[in-house]
Amino acid sequence: MEGKEILKGINLEVKAGEVHAIMGPNGSGKSTLANILAGKTDYEILEGEVTFQGQDLLELSPEVRSRSGIFLSFQYPVEIPGVPMINFLKASVNEHRKFKGLEPLTAGEFLKLMRAKKDMLHLDSELTNRSVNEGFSGGEKKKNEIFQMAMLEPKLAILDETDSGLDIDALRIVAEGVNALKTPENATILVTHYQRLLDYIVPDFVHVLYNGRIVKSGGKELAFELEEKGYDWIKNGNDQ
Amino acid sequence: MSIIHDKIAPADQLVSLFEKSREILNRGSSPILNRMREVSIKRFAQTGIPGFKNEDYKYTNLKPAFEKSYSQELVRESGLINLNEVYSRNIPELDAHLVFIVNGWFYSGNKPGSELPNGVVFGSLEQIANDRPELLQNYLNRQAGLSDDPFVTLNTAFTKDGFFIYIPKGVIVEKPIQIINLLSSDENLSVTQRNMVIAEPGSRIKLVICDQTLSPASFITNSVSEIFAGEDTLVDVYTIQNLNNQSTAISSAFYKLQRNSIVTTGAISLHGGMIRNNLKITFSGDHSEANVNGISFTDQKQHVDNFTVIEHASPNCLSNQIYKNILDDESTGAFAGRIHVARDAQQTNAFQRNNNVLLSDKARMQTKPQLIIDADDVKCSHGATVGQIDKDALFFLRSRGIGEKEARMMLMNAFAHEVIQKISIQSLRDRIDELIEKRLNGEITRGHI
Repeated sequence: MEGKEILKGINLEVKAGEVHAIMGPNGSGKSTLANILAGKTDYEILEGEVTFQGQDLLELSPEVRSRSGIFLSFQYPVEIPGVPMINFLKASVNEHRKFKGLEPLTAGEFLKLMRAKKDMLHLDSELTNRSVNEGFSGGEKKKNEIFQMAMLEPKLAILDETDSGLDIDALRIVAEGVNALKTPENATILVTHYQRLLDYIVPDFVHVLYNGRIVKSGGKELAFELEEKGYDWIKNGNDQ
Repeated sequence: MSIIHDKIAPADQLVSLFEKSREILNRGSSPILNRMREVSIKRFAQTGIPGFKNEDYKYTNLKPAFEKSYSQELVRESGLINLNEVYSRNIPELDAHLVFIVNGWFYSGNKPGSELPNGVVFGSLEQIANDRPELLQNYLNRQAGLSDDPFVTLNTAFTKDGFFIYIPKGVIVEKPIQIINLLSSDENLSVTQRNMVIAEPGSRIKLVICDQTLSPASFITNSVSEIFAGEDTLVDVYTIQNLNNQSTAISSAFYKLQRNSIVTTGAISLHGGMIRNNLKITFSGDHSEANVNGISFTDQKQHVDNFTVIEHASPNCLSNQIYKNILDDESTGAFAGRIHVARDAQQTNAFQRNNNVLLSDKARMQTKPQLIIDADDVKCSHGATVGQIDKDALFFLRSRGIGEKEARMMLMNAFAHEVIQKISIQSLRDRIDELIEKRLNGEITRGHI
C-alpha cells in the first residue's frame, strides 16, 4: 500500500455506552481505520489526531493501547502454532493487571476466570487447549476473538468484519457475546460490509465510509437504507 | 600423564603429530583400534583440512580454527570433576543413567553399570575394546570407514576413547542414558572422541548427549559416533551443544537402520563459536523410519552448519527432517540436506524442511537441499524458508497488551517448539524450553565467562 493515501477525512466521536457501526464498500478504508486505532505500524499518519480518554492515542504503542482499554477483534485472526492459548491469554491478562497496579492472577484464579467467561459466552472448552487459532475454523477464530475480549474487558472494542466467514449459528453466538459484554461504561465500533450483523447487534449510530471519508452518518435506519439501495447509492452521490 | 604441545596448523603438521605420537596412541589401546590408524592418517594426508573448494564444506571454513595452537591429551588424565560446577552450567538435570566424559576420555569416576538392565554393556570405548573386542569388531568403523570426510579419517587415526553402549536383544532401557561431554582446560585443547552404540534387535534406548565447555579456552573437538539400530529397535539420540565462542565442534554421526527400526534424533545447538554437525542415515532394511531434527541459536559471530545425508538404500522407508535456525547479530548458519533414493528403494517417503528466522540485517543463512532420486515410486519433498519474525503475529500479541520483547520471545519459542515437541522425553523437553528461554534472554552467553 506504499504511497497510497487511504483515509482522508474522518471525524468520529464515540462515547461510553454507545455502539457505532462503520459500513462501506470494499476498499473504502474500514480495516485501515480499525488497524490504525489498534496501533498497526504499516501506516503513516500524515495528519489528524485520535484522543482516547484524554490521551493522544497515536503516541501509544499497541501494547499500551491494549492495556489502556482498546481491543481490536481481527478480521483475519492470525494462527500462531506453538504458542498455547492459555499461556498467551494468561500473559495478556496479567499485563493488563500490572498496568492497573494489580497483582498477577494465580494459575487457579486465572482458570476460574476463564471458566466463568466461557460459560458466559457459551463456548466449549476445546478452544483454550490448543495453540492460538491453530487449525481453528473461521467461526472458532471469531469466537476466540470475542472470548479474548471477554477476558480483557476493553473500554473500546473495535470489531473488524467480525461477521465475515461466519455461518448463521456462529454469527449468533458471536453477536450474543458482544451484547453480553456491553455495559454503560464501554463502547463498541463495528466495522462491517453487510447489514446482516446489525440484525443481531443494534447500533446507536451508523457511518458510511467511502474513499477514506465518512460520507454519511445516521441512526440504525441508515443501515436498512444501505441494504435496500446498495453502495452504488453512496458511490453515485460522491464520485463526482 | 603427558601432554603433547604442538601447533596443529595445516594437515602435514597433524600428520607429523601422528608420526611423533604413534607409540603413545597405540599404547594401551586395543589392536582393533590401532589397526585402523595407519590407513586413516594416509587417507587424511591426501585430503587435508577441507576448504571452500570442497563442495561439502563450502559454507563452513574450518581452516582458521586449525591454524591456532592446541594441546592434545593423548593419555588419560586423572582429574576430578566438580559436579556443582557442572550443574551451574545449564546442563539439563534428568532422571537418567548419567556418565561424564572429560576432554574425550570416559571419566574414571563413572558408575554406569548400576541399575542398567542385565546384559547391557556401557562404558569406556578404550576399555571395552580391550576387554571385549568381540562386541565391537563387527561394527567398528563399518560406517565411518566408508566416509571420505577428512575429519572422520583424522578421528579414526587419533581415536583413543569415548563411550560404548551395547544393548542386548529385546532389552528395553527405560530411563534415558545421559552422557555429559565436558571440555575443561586452561590452555587451548584439541579433543578427539569416538563413540559407538549397538542396539540389538528389539531393543530400546534413549540417549541424551550434552556438550559443555567449562573454561574459556579454545577447544577444537572432533567426534565420530557410529550407531547401529538393529531390527525392530527404537533409538533416540538428542544432543545439546553449549560451547563457548572460542570453540570449534565438528561431529559426525552415522546411523545404520535395519528392518522396522525407528531412529529419532534432535540436535539442539544452543551456543558455540563454530559448530559443524554431519549426520548420515543409511536405511539398510525395509520399513524403517528416521526422524531427524535440529534447532540452532546463533548470535555474535557464531556459525552452525548442519550437513545431513539420508541414504534410502531399502524400500518402504520414511525419513522426516526438520531443521531450524534462529540467527541474530552477524551470525551465520548453513543447512545442506542430501537425500538419495536408490533404484531399488521403491515406496520411499522422504521429507525435508529447513526454516530460518533472521533477527538482524547482518545475519546470514545458506540452505541447500539436494535430492537424488533413482527410484520411480517415491514421495519426496523439500522446502526452505528464510524470513523475519511474523509481523502479523507480533502485532496480534502486542494488540493484546503483551510487550514487544515478550511477544518476540513467545514467537521464537513457538518457532522452536515444532522441533522440541519431537523429543520423546518429557522432562528433557521442559528443560530445553527453559534453556531456550535463557538463551534468547542472553543468560547462556553470560554463563560463558
